[in-house]
Amino acid sequence: MIHMLAPVVSGLLFALGLGLAGMTRPTQVLAFLEFRDPALMLTMGAAVAVTGLGFPLLLRRSRPLLGPRFLLPTRSDLDRPLIVGAVLFGVGWGLVGLCPGPALTGLVAGDPRQWLFVAAMLAGMFIHQRLERSAS
Amino acid sequence: MSLDILLPLLGGLLIGASALLLLGVSGRIAGVSGIVGGLMLAPRGDRSWRLAFLGGLMVGGLLLLGIDPAALPDGLPATTPIVVLAGFLVGYGARAANGCTSGHGVCGLGRRSRRSLVAVLVFMGAGVITAQLVRPLLGGAL
Repeated sequence: MIHMLAPVVSGLLFALGLGLAGMTRPTQVLAFLEFRDPALMLTMGAAVAVTGLGFPLLLRRSRPLLGPRFLLPTRSDLDRPLIVGAVLFGVGWGLVGLCPGPALTGLVAGDPRQWLFVAAMLAGMFIHQRLERSAS
Repeated sequence: MSLDILLPLLGGLLIGASALLLLGVSGRIAGVSGIVGGLMLAPRGDRSWRLAFLGGLMVGGLLLLGIDPAALPDGLPATTPIVVLAGFLVGYGARAANGCTSGHGVCGLGRRSRRSLVAVLVFMGAGVITAQLVRPLLGGAL
């Protein structure tokens, strides 16, 4: 049970942070991408300042508080899927102003079209998974 | 300091704190697309923490709804076909790139990952071009 507390609180803090910053509102994200409102730069800067200072301190320990080891990505190569995926992601983000975190957080507002966005997002994830599996 | 500056800063600090908590306690990266995508192929024992994070996200959304409904979207600024297309691209692209705004942006940059830096520059560039050039081009079709 205690193992589930950190992920729950982490998700909760994440949603509140997105909400305070205004990232849950697509119009605010589009205003940022259109260079009309730089406020989200502060959000990104503050978040990266916290992780940039905090991660190295945490990773000095040999393992996390309640887990056998830290599970971190190890790759450093720049391959085609990384670039193509980031382009596709950026286009989708710029079309509507929603990325996965805010899209899921905003579901509770009950807008059927936001549910449709999330359904399409899950379909995209699923299809990528299937293609990757059949390719390997 | 005005609220226009204070709230985005405070939001960013909370997002950073959320990533510290998940890494420090569970040893995991707080990347939303990875957490969701992993649900589709993760072994049973690897699912519960993902569902717990997503549950927390939803409870956070409900709290926001209670505190200030204006914090949540009141309609998406595009037509339904574009909404579906965008959702698909966001989901497919995030998995192909192994991360999104949270995994590559907040966590990857914090780890000084080269892949994350490149991903962030590319998706920010694509997002800016799409918002500034493609959206106006779509015009009435948006």
